[in-house]
Amino acid sequence: MTDPIVRIEKLKIALPEGADRPYAVDRCSFDLFPGKILCVVGESGSGKSMSANALMGLLPEGVHVSDGRIRLGERDLVGLTDEEMRDLRGRRVAMIFQEPLSALNPLMRIEDQIAEVFEAHGLLKPAERKKRAVELLTEVGLPDPARAARAYPHQLSGGQRQRVVIAMALALEPEVLVADEPTTALDVTTQAQILELIRTLQVERNMAVMFITHDFGVVAEIADHVTVMQLGKIVEEGPAATVLSNPQHPYTRKLIDAIPKLRAGRAAAPARETLMEVKGVSKTYRSGGGLFRPVREVHAVKDINLTIGRGETIGIVGESGSGKSSFGRCLVRLQDTDQGQILLGDQDITKAQGKELQELRAKVQMIFQDPYSSLNPRIRVGRTIADGPIAHGTPVDQAMAEADALLERVGLPGAGKRYPHEFSGGQRQRIGIARALALKPQVIVADEAVSALDVSIQAQVLELLDELKRELDLSLVFITHDLRVAAQICDRVMVMQKGECVEIGPGSQVFDNPSHPYTRSLIEAIPGKDWDAEAA
Amino acid sequence: MSNFWTTFKGNKGAVVGLVILAIVLLASIFAPMLYTTSPWDMVNMPFMAPGVDSSVPLGTDTLGRDIAAGLAHGAYISLLVGFVSTIVSLCIGIPLGAAAGYFGGWVDDVLMRITEFFQVIPSFAFAIVLVAIFEPSITSMIVAIAVVSWPPVARLLRGEVMSLKHREFIEAAELSGQSGFTIITRQILPNTISPVIVLASMMVATAILTESALSFMGLGDPNVMSWGYIIGAGRTVLQQAWWISFFPGVAILLTVLAFNLIGEGLNDALNPRLAKRRG
Repeated sequence: MTDPIVRIEKLKIALPEGADRPYAVDRCSFDLFPGKILCVVGESGSGKSMSANALMGLLPEGVHVSDGRIRLGERDLVGLTDEEMRDLRGRRVAMIFQEPLSALNPLMRIEDQIAEVFEAHGLLKPAERKKRAVELLTEVGLPDPARAARAYPHQLSGGQRQRVVIAMALALEPEVLVADEPTTALDVTTQAQILELIRTLQVERNMAVMFITHDFGVVAEIADHVTVMQLGKIVEEGPAATVLSNPQHPYTRKLIDAIPKLRAGRAAAPARETLMEVKGVSKTYRSGGGLFRPVREVHAVKDINLTIGRGETIGIVGESGSGKSSFGRCLVRLQDTDQGQILLGDQDITKAQGKELQELRAKVQMIFQDPYSSLNPRIRVGRTIADGPIAHGTPVDQAMAEADALLERVGLPGAGKRYPHEFSGGQRQRIGIARALALKPQVIVADEAVSALDVSIQAQVLELLDELKRELDLSLVFITHDLRVAAQICDRVMVMQKGECVEIGPGSQVFDNPSHPYTRSLIEAIPGKDWDAEAA
Repeated sequence: MSNFWTTFKGNKGAVVGLVILAIVLLASIFAPMLYTTSPWDMVNMPFMAPGVDSSVPLGTDTLGRDIAAGLAHGAYISLLVGFVSTIVSLCIGIPLGAAAGYFGGWVDDVLMRITEFFQVIPSFAFAIVLVAIFEPSITSMIVAIAVVSWPPVARLLRGEVMSLKHREFIEAAELSGQSGFTIITRQILPNTISPVIVLASMMVATAILTESALSFMGLGDPNVMSWGYIIGAGRTVLQQAWWISFFPGVAILLTVLAFNLIGEGLNDALNPRLAKRRG
């Protein structure tokens, strides 16, 4: 075996006083070998990003390496001056980030941003820099690289931007590439392409890659070696195949078990009476349309028909921009529709006004995506839940008592007197669920309700939703980009692409025997699919 | 709350500002006890320089009135006008800004055009006109200052409300059947309070300056002793008796400075992320 290019030995990273634990990373050691990919896996707060930042010398203010070594070849990176570190960065160690949009300067052309990398290290002549930029863009597989070089970041798609960021990282032919969740913000099909690209480039250039992710599917796809971190400590490490097929540590097992399997979770429930009926709903966004500008139209939702039975769970899946969220917002009338009807009984929610709308909305509630912005930071959570019933005329005392009971039901007894910031993401999502239940709805629309959560928390929240659904005989419209999640909990699944419904049917049919090519490409792109099939 | 105090105390300027404000406040409270006679009474020789007679430590003005007594009584007027006019302008600006931001559309257009109408007129000139139209009195001064100083409040509120309006918790409140009024007052306004407090502390300072300027021009209430009036009265004899204008000038300077320092400190404490970035 060759010598490692990077050796991290007993690394300790101290957090500032008052943090939830004294060390972000506690005596962690790992090696990066040329031509190999090391995946560092863990949930949020496990210290995985901190160790990458330490390697890059990019620790946030107040956080510092208190012990241990980071060796790059013969040099110890701990205690290097900023200037020495700057010289190494890019030239020997490069990094790609999670959010390509914020990693690029919106006011600079792509070629200038790549040229800047050479400029910062005083390499090449200006003309050569631009030529090299185009070469790099060709290498990362951008279609029409010469044009992409002249483009601004906003003119490229998410996947193309990530390719640009990778091109910048590769510019100086580094020996080590650090990738911090580079595919998390991308759609599943784009993610598959980017993973493929990183894999190919890494083999071609014999680079060592440190790949940080929370997704075991991604690990199964690209890792040679895996390190699992929990609360700043390494709990398990080993070759990818071994860790995935035979996890030793209970935490690793818990993480792997928590991943929903891509199989229809259950047989479709027997059909019951129709509760909600969507007839030919369309929504078009119009922008621009000034005196000298043409109107820009985006068909967010196009002629969707759907019936929702009592007690049924319907999954709506699709990539970003497929119109699935717009459709969900139409269902609760957070968005007006252009055409069509959404009938609840014989009342049309798209036309209702005033009192009638208020009554209808109580029957169709929503659980939101972002647990951090969906609760008012200045209002105690008990009151937040009670606000709905109070607005519908329930006396305050009674509403507060009901809110407490609901909080207990979602597993947060006695939480009513506290403020949102005292809760974790998963707990906040439980509060969001309690709020949605407060008005005793018949249908709940959950818009990406678990996408912001760690996989183990996600499993708990899904379980809670499922229990409540059964207990209260609710219908659930579950909007998600994650086919695994949809497969696990949905009776029927609707696949959306560019505002249209391309396929709808029972979960088993859509996942095991997809009829539309788009559905097939979505399923094909799920990372770790083969490993998943093996485990099944 | 304890966190708020720690950050606030960390800003030395803000603490100094708070101390100055406390002194001014004490002076205004105890003025009637310290100087039991009216500040308009002649107590000594005119043009007495400071430090000559210990009964009038800051000297006397052209008519032999005690400058120190004038300062103490004037503190009350300055603070009163500063606070009350700020409260009145908040009462105008907050509802207008919140309505414009929340409802948008033509409501926003109409309200913002009105706001702009007030913004394009130089505010001091406008205040002079208003006081001149009314009878010069404390009330008319407060009204004039409030009328010229609410547009920034409305602008600020509108921006804050517009950014909050699309947060998920507001949409959740909408779904739960709460009325527009409930959503604005219960869900949105409490979240805009920090920038409003910061702005208000700065507005008090501006109001005090405007009040002094109006009094200096003789547009103040003729029955109350105010700092601006004393400066105005001493202006013609600046070369013979500098102290008449100097001491009230310093008082205005320090009080305005105090409010600005406090505003700065509040900004740091209420927007901790900004404060850290400033380092």
